[in-house]
Amino acid sequence: MTTDVKKKPAAETGTERRLNMIEAINEALDVKLAEDPDVIVMGEDVGYFGGVFRATAGLQEKHGKTRVFDTPISECGIIGVAVGMGAYGLRPVPEIQFADYIYPGLDQLISEAARLRYRSAAEYIAPMTVRSPFGGGIFGGQTHSQSPEAIFAHVSGLKTVIPATPYDAKGLLISCIEDNDPVIFFEPKRIYNGPFSGYYDKPVEPWKRFDSSIVPEGHYTIPLGKARIAREGEAMTVLAYGTMVHVAEAVCEEKGIDADILDLRTIVPLDIEAIEASVEKTGKCLIVHEATRTSGFGAELSALVTERCFYHLEAPVERVTGFDTPYPHSLEWAYFPGPVRIGEAIDKLMEA
Amino acid sequence: MADRPEGSAKQGSNKPALELHVPEPTYRPGDPVDFAHITVPEAGKQPRPDENCEAIETSPLCYDLVRVLGDDNKAHGPWDPKLDAETLRTMMRNFAMVRAFDERMFRGQRQGKTSFYMKCTGEEATSISAAMALASDDMVFPSYRQQGILITRGYPLIEMINQIYSNKGDKLKGRQLPIMYSSREHSFFSISGNLATQTPQAVGWAMASAIKGDSRIAATWVGEGSTAEGDFHSACTFATVYNAPVILNVINNQWAISSFSGFAGAERTTFAARALGYGLAGIRVDGNDPLAVYAAEKWAADRARANGGPTLIEHFTYRAEGHSTSDDPSGYRSAQERDEWPLGDPVMRLKRHLIEIGEWSEEQQEELDRKCVEEVKAVTKEAEKNGILGHGLHHPFRTMFEDVFEELPWHLKEQSEQAIRERETKFPEGRPGA
Ligand SMILES: Cc1ncc(C[n+]2csc(CCOP(=O)(O)OP(=O)(O)O)c2C)c(N)n1
Ligand SMILES: [Mg+2]
Repeated sequence: MTTDVKKKPAAETGTERRLNMIEAINEALDVKLAEDPDVIVMGEDVGYFGGVFRATAGLQEKHGKTRVFDTPISECGIIGVAVGMGAYGLRPVPEIQFADYIYPGLDQLISEAARLRYRSAAEYIAPMTVRSPFGGGIFGGQTHSQSPEAIFAHVSGLKTVIPATPYDAKGLLISCIEDNDPVIFFEPKRIYNGPFSGYYDKPVEPWKRFDSSIVPEGHYTIPLGKARIAREGEAMTVLAYGTMVHVAEAVCEEKGIDADILDLRTIVPLDIEAIEASVEKTGKCLIVHEATRTSGFGAELSALVTERCFYHLEAPVERVTGFDTPYPHSLEWAYFPGPVRIGEAIDKLMEA
Repeated sequence: MADRPEGSAKQGSNKPALELHVPEPTYRPGDPVDFAHITVPEAGKQPRPDENCEAIETSPLCYDLVRVLGDDNKAHGPWDPKLDAETLRTMMRNFAMVRAFDERMFRGQRQGKTSFYMKCTGEEATSISAAMALASDDMVFPSYRQQGILITRGYPLIEMINQIYSNKGDKLKGRQLPIMYSSREHSFFSISGNLATQTPQAVGWAMASAIKGDSRIAATWVGEGSTAEGDFHSACTFATVYNAPVILNVINNQWAISSFSGFAGAERTTFAARALGYGLAGIRVDGNDPLAVYAAEKWAADRARANGGPTLIEHFTYRAEGHSTSDDPSGYRSAQERDEWPLGDPVMRLKRHLIEIGEWSEEQQEELDRKCVEEVKAVTKEAEKNGILGHGLHHPFRTMFEDVFEELPWHLKEQSEQAIRERETKFPEGRPGA
């Protein structure tokens, strides 16, 4: 079941609660731990301490040490045991402390979790949700800033989900945990506390000032593969996810561009219908992601739009991305695809 | 749904229900601390096998604790490295410098001059004393907590601070997170943020040195928590297979951020004992005893240099401060642990030993500490002229695209032009402060 917070505001649930993204994620885990005895939450520092970003705070105390626990520092081990737990019938929700540290677990994810259903003709499945903070904008240097979503999108058998608001974070995470296939759930850490306009010298505006932080209590889901219309417009389609949804929104606002902004929410499976409908309406398409450009997910989006909406396009598809370099520390804001880079691409599309 | 119905193990069967063990540290915030369960053997009582012994002969040392400095502040037993007073004073100078440096850089981060810092308080001996036992051109593959090696090897403080401030003087061009140094000139490998990756690399360097008939050995440092990574297992396997001239230093400082050493297996065995299963020589050493650390490292270095093979050394120590500037340990461990730590503080222990043997005084110590603080302060001021993080004095934008490859391919050239164009749009009158 899907709840649309815009149409059914807090009135229905009684009190209107506003949560930041961490609190929303924490609540999704809490709801699932309470509802389903097969759900297990584990990872480095997630147990007693509650995670380095506090996403699992209080969960061990509430649900017990065999449901929520710390793990050895081995991402290969964390994902490998999650495959084994899934084989038994549990529903593990492992946390990888930073997306930049997921690589030691890639063999277990790519060769094992992603293909288990296929190779065993569905005798065994790997119903795990790997949560991991990703993306830059916090001066984390090259090992606390990466956006490796395209690596996972490239693997058959993995779903990749990226929320952009607290409301979505909770509903999507519950859907991921309930999904019977392995899901990578990347949390844009730059927007844990508030959406980001792309202007790094402005203070963070906390989530509670935005209606997308109104989070219903209890269980609700947002289906995987359904995009969110972040802003409706006619001038061009903007495809984005995570932090970049907010940056794109802020830029369009600032420039007075009547854009149709789609928050993709899940990149695999992708809401192709929403993309087609929007591009057919606007005739122009801008794709924005923070990840590196070459073979980034934007390349896939661009190919799809070109293949499927070619005769509706009035201009070549534009991509705005991070540069093809490791994420630099001191030049973080020169690297980040911020308002200037996005603005340039918008101008180009508007002039076309 | 789980394979069996809920509780089926207990129902209709007399088989015992299985239970999951989840490690739990002895103390949590607010708990009174008593480390009586940690066995601290008498200094000088541990046997010292010949450097060229069979690896198996080191087995007892994997469960023991090599100690030299006794409660009487004197050096005891066969592991006494018999260092001359000058060397001990040099060691003390390195200790004092690292403390002064850590203090200042930590404060600098708090004052917003940079994004991040990590102290090594309480663990100084595991890098300084160890590095002093190596030749200065032996190659080291450290983790992020071995600033002591650089200071021991005379790496200029200004380079360290430039790196920490990510400023225009930073030789690494502001690309790396603070403290992720690199200095080929000091045989110090580029530090990675990805844990334990350096361990097989050290083995590979050592293999290369052996392939080429060189005389230099390699040493690596890894936290006890990080030994859980597969890389460490690979390092041990390759080290033993090729009898590589390498030293694997495991720094068991009891904590890995909020996870105690039990989450790396310490409830069941020692980290030194990992050596046994691989056929490596192993030593467990009091990591807060500078003389013992020196002696153990020297033993392993001599062994490696004589083609005796690799050694795994567990340095048993304590992380006296938070994991990093992003961490507050009061959320997960008892504040009393630091005071109750049964192996004391390495700097104090060396100081008392120097005084005991008549080669040092409280006044000299105060003088040294003061000088180090002043030197760090002066160099910090100097480094600040090159800028602090986020104030515009960084490397030029184009440098962001260099060193991705040896040569710039077309797409990076285009992106570099893009970055420069963006800068002109953002700062039409030039970057403030730049
Ligand atoms: C592959 C990888 N996983 C996780 C992390 C996050 N992380 C950074 S330090 C750390 C704890 C390491 O503890 P330990 O190895 O004991 O070293 P110590 O900090 O105590 O020196 C963790 C989990 C990382 N940097 N790399
Ligand atoms: Mg540790």
